[in-house]
Amino acid sequence: MSSSIDALFERTRAEGRAALVGYLPAGFPDVETSVAALTAMIEGGCDLVEIGLPYSDPVMDGPTIQEAAETALANGFRTSHTFDVVRRVADAGAPVVVMTYWNPVERYGVDRFAADLAAAGGAGLITPDLIPDEAQEWEEASRAHGLDRTYLVAPSSTDRRLSMTADAASGFIYATAVMGVTGARQETSSLAPELVARLREVTDKPVGVGLGVSNGAQAHEIAQYADAVIVGSAFVRRLLDAPDTAGGVESVRELARELREGVVR
Amino acid sequence: MTVYAQPDATGHFGRFGGRFMPEALVAPLDELAEAWADAQADPSFLGELDRMFREYANVPSPLYDATRFSEAVGARVLLKREDLNHTGAHKIRNVLGQALLAKRIGKPRAIAETGAGQHGVASATACAYLDLDCTVYMGEVDTERQALNVARMKMLGAEVVPVTTGSRTLKDAINEALRDWVASVDHTSYLFGTAAGPHPFPTMVRDLTRGIGDEARRQVLELTGSLPDAAVACVGGGSNAIGLFTAFIDDADVQLLGVEAGGDGYETGRHASPITAGEVGVLHGARSYLLQDEDGQTMESHSISAGLDYPGVGPEHSYLASIGRARYVPATDAQAMSAFDLLCKTEGIIPAIESAHALAGAVELAKELGPDATILVNLSGRGDKDVHTAAEYFGLIDGPVVLEEGVEE
Repeated sequence: MSSSIDALFERTRAEGRAALVGYLPAGFPDVETSVAALTAMIEGGCDLVEIGLPYSDPVMDGPTIQEAAETALANGFRTSHTFDVVRRVADAGAPVVVMTYWNPVERYGVDRFAADLAAAGGAGLITPDLIPDEAQEWEEASRAHGLDRTYLVAPSSTDRRLSMTADAASGFIYATAVMGVTGARQETSSLAPELVARLREVTDKPVGVGLGVSNGAQAHEIAQYADAVIVGSAFVRRLLDAPDTAGGVESVRELARELREGVVR
Repeated sequence: MTVYAQPDATGHFGRFGGRFMPEALVAPLDELAEAWADAQADPSFLGELDRMFREYANVPSPLYDATRFSEAVGARVLLKREDLNHTGAHKIRNVLGQALLAKRIGKPRAIAETGAGQHGVASATACAYLDLDCTVYMGEVDTERQALNVARMKMLGAEVVPVTTGSRTLKDAINEALRDWVASVDHTSYLFGTAAGPHPFPTMVRDLTRGIGDEARRQVLELTGSLPDAAVACVGGGSNAIGLFTAFIDDADVQLLGVEAGGDGYETGRHASPITAGEVGVLHGARSYLLQDEDGQTMESHSISAGLDYPGVGPEHSYLASIGRARYVPATDAQAMSAFDLLCKTEGIIPAIESAHALAGAVELAKELGPDATILVNLSGRGDKDVHTAAEYFGLIDGPVVLEEGVEE
């Protein structure tokens, strides 16, 4: 069965371009603003959005996303809000996935989480600290509820692990461009092209590249060899730095436009 | 008789343990597991580690028949004197092993997390001894309340990085160390401080601390002619407890008792007793019991003992609890400090407040088992670092104590 993410990549491949993927945490700084910002992100040109689930111990995240998660939790974010946000963004014209550390899913109940995510219109889950080796329960739940499974790969992944992870993934594979945590970086990664090339040896599935991408020029560079360009911290930064929420949402929209131009140019 | 053989090849103790980590660290963790297996099969590595233990760390530690303490509690209590090790705790065993492995695999830089500062000090010590660059992550709250240990680490040449995110305590120090490691793993070893975290850390730390129990088992047999009725240790992450328990797991008649930090009493919610009062979840790379809210967000722990003040516990302890081979009970701050006082007054030994929790467990166990029982207690550390906390607790300090310039309490 073809998912909404499969359809998206069929389309972008047909158009001869990379997809633009944007990330923002749910409930940051509050639920209403996060819905508005995610919607603006799609209107500005994101082809797919990742909705982060704020967590107390985000070991893969740099200071920007940590600060956003802390703010969301301090403002009363609950796991159930994730599904509200997904539901309200799902009709904005792009597939919606949730990106979450594993413990909140396990705590909610893996099958229950999958059922509620699917019911809200979500397309899948990105799991930064769940590797396929530990994912039997998620594999079953995601299949039962028709959700895609995006796993991460890294420059340090062995060929055997790239192949195994690509086999276990659906929708797209998330290639982390650098060895490190999330956060904007000045230079684009020199490791990412090789990592994507190694993935192409073992899979035809779409590959998104993320970590450290923050502007149109970097997006353009990555779009030359990846199926998707993933941007997170730079969007969060726009909300953090804005004088008010309306300004933050507009700034998110502007960044999405800039990145989209970089991706298609 | 079935022989205990845990974990499986991928680091699972039953349904506990495993590896819940970013993919970027998975291949390095595989390499670490392989390097550790190779090292353990190499007589020259083991010989060198043994030499370091004997000549540098004062290991094996003695077993001590605590007769006056025994008389006071109503059972024979034997103390495994890990407090006499170099740096004052069992931690040096773990750190020397991991640091020697770091040398072996050629990584010149080491990082560590620390709560109270004991593991940080042990890491700084091992890095000075073995010529490794050392960076220690420590929650900002802990750097303030353990300023002396910060100074010790700096004296030993380590860089101490105060962690200002989250609750600014041990769990956040682990988060920050992991963030460093994911970016530096090609040249950096993570000296993990307890028998928790992703595979292979729980197993590697157990392998390095199991000398505690192996030595004590021989020493008790030599002294008394039979095995003890019980072996007791405090449990935070659980490295000293797993080090004590491992030698006795197949001795079905030896009761294993892990003592968690009960804080104000686990029923108050202010405690660090995840096995007693937490639920199963995933934190810092492994599935185990942990303190978490309804949404799986980690909750803050509370204990008078900084070394036990952690919301999680090593996966093997969760497994031993689940199969009933070990029993885990909480001791409150008050119970621990009462046992602390008793050991000071009866034996002239000031224990670490962590270890005082084990003593409190032994006090209760003595009531159950009676005067003919022999109870082996791991005295995992000495209390010099806790003098200020204990003096405050017992009201032994008159007037304000100047901790550092401008700060009085």
